[in-house]
Amino acid sequence: MAKKKKAAPRKKAARPAKRSVPARRPAVRAKASVPAADGALLGSVERFLYRQAELLDGRRWDDFIELFTADGIYWMPASPEQTTGDGVPSIFYEDRNLMTVRMKRLRHPHAWSQMTAWGTSHLIGNVAIETDDRRTGELVVRSRFHVMEFRHDATRHFAGSYVHHLRRTSDGFRIKLQRVDAVNAQGPYEYVLQAWL
Amino acid sequence: MRNPLLTDLARTVEPDRVHRTVYTDADIFELEMDRIFHKVWTYVGHESQVKSPGDYWTVQIGRQPMIMTRADDGKVHVLYNRCPHRGNMICSERFGHADKQLICSYHGWQFDMDGKVKAIPLAQGYQGTRLSVDDPACHIKPAPRVASYRGFVFASLAAEGASLTDWLGPAKIAFDDMCDRAPAGEVEVVPNCFRVIQQSNWKIFLENQLDAVHPSITHESTGKAALEVEDDIKRRSGKAPLDYHFLSAFSLPLPKWDGVQTINYPHGHCILQAYMGLRPRDPDTLEYERLMTKAYGEKRMEEILNVGIHHVLLYPGLSVQPPLQQLRAVRPLGVDKTLTEIWHFRLKGAPEAIYRRALGYYNLVNSPSTMVNADDLWNFWKCHQGLSSEGGDWVSFHRNAGQDDEQDGVIKSKLGTSEAPMRNQFRAWSQYMT
Repeated sequence: MAKKKKAAPRKKAARPAKRSVPARRPAVRAKASVPAADGALLGSVERFLYRQAELLDGRRWDDFIELFTADGIYWMPASPEQTTGDGVPSIFYEDRNLMTVRMKRLRHPHAWSQMTAWGTSHLIGNVAIETDDRRTGELVVRSRFHVMEFRHDATRHFAGSYVHHLRRTSDGFRIKLQRVDAVNAQGPYEYVLQAWL
Repeated sequence: MRNPLLTDLARTVEPDRVHRTVYTDADIFELEMDRIFHKVWTYVGHESQVKSPGDYWTVQIGRQPMIMTRADDGKVHVLYNRCPHRGNMICSERFGHADKQLICSYHGWQFDMDGKVKAIPLAQGYQGTRLSVDDPACHIKPAPRVASYRGFVFASLAAEGASLTDWLGPAKIAFDDMCDRAPAGEVEVVPNCFRVIQQSNWKIFLENQLDAVHPSITHESTGKAALEVEDDIKRRSGKAPLDYHFLSAFSLPLPKWDGVQTINYPHGHCILQAYMGLRPRDPDTLEYERLMTKAYGEKRMEEILNVGIHHVLLYPGLSVQPPLQQLRAVRPLGVDKTLTEIWHFRLKGAPEAIYRRALGYYNLVNSPSTMVNADDLWNFWKCHQGLSSEGGDWVSFHRNAGQDDEQDGVIKSKLGTSEAPMRNQFRAWSQYMT
């Protein structure tokens, strides 16, 4: 990508007002969305998210992990109020090394609980680019997901929002941070999550 | 068909085997509720869950929905979650803060946090009736007995019985070992509770907790996967975070587990000795040990850090891992359905790095994305299904039966892989049930 000489002056993001009582779910801050003219960018972001979903449903774990930057993190917070996964309980807080452990386990011939019919279907929608920092090449993308899982004659559903912090690289987008907030993340789990949502 | 053993439960438990129906019979489960869960001390929560007056947490004891509250005088109370008027549940949220009082959403009866009635709308309507507003029947009923040990609150629904410390006996080391590891001598809850439901009888979970044979078989996949990545990280950068060791420790070869002794106490409580080696020599640990020495002196610090326990099981409802400051409370929901509530604690006065280290275990082993319990829960379900079969009546606990050392009711297993903890749990079960 050609280096822009003059970066547009960035507006300082407004700090959210401090609340005395934390909101149960943080409200989505209205942000100036990326101009509609940039439909091509939105299209390429959407294709990237669809591809990630396909990799999960197709159990192509290696390729799934490859979508993350070397320091990329997959994070599923323990509660929607959390603003970082660092040093707090999380359902998932995995870098590529921990993701590799999970992948190797899923593929091990003695991963006993994997020896049953298991499949997932991801649907991604409501994709919106929240910020596009041309200077750093980083994008923040919000979307909604619905995952239906069928495992050993039982069906489960998980649905909620993804926030992808994407970096532009010579190989296309890579994920620096993926935040996963399922609306039912805090309920009791019938069984556990063996793979990423 | 009704289980013929229901009227003769003594016949369901022998010293080295038990009848399969103790896991699968819904009538026996109901008797367990009455004779065990409504009698023993049940872990309710930690005092720091209800830090300020007005705070509450709801909890299930046996079949009973209860509330733990903090009253204005600072005391912790455990109450039945039921309005004395028409029986409406008082607290419908799992936890929260009541501003000044508990209010019933149906007819507005108001209560202090200790359950005492404070105001009844249209109180004059009770004049001349059999209910007077100063009648104790107008208060929210409290649990008959509530006691706390080092901040861990228990309640019993039976008015009579052994005191909490007598009932805990030597197994109270679960809390001593955890709290002593804090330079300030106490722990504080991390305000997050993971909840995982198992499709199996509660006893299957408890038996698995101290079963030293299963890790290298059930958790082979996770142990090996973590070991590969751990070795790879070590090759690349010299050392790997303890997170990988938490998982790779499950790949210890089977004979190694024989060296991990279990100690089995009255009331079914048991201890599994340490095997993870959680005292590395990194700068964070050395700083922690410096603070511990400052708080306790060197000799006591050494004693505390060398206690060497991995798990303490407080039968029938609590599994504690003191050196990692976590616990799992077991709430049976039905004969084939069990809820575990999973908590983590901070050592007061310890460096942040020590908390973060144990947090890795909480996230990787005890969260709903656990790579470890994924295979346990699968086994539990399969166990429950297999036990429903009439392909055999008895469950075997014969390994090393008769070979353990028993003194004054305390049974030390000869080998870590002895089925002594299961035999000990059923010794307690028989005492409660028959």
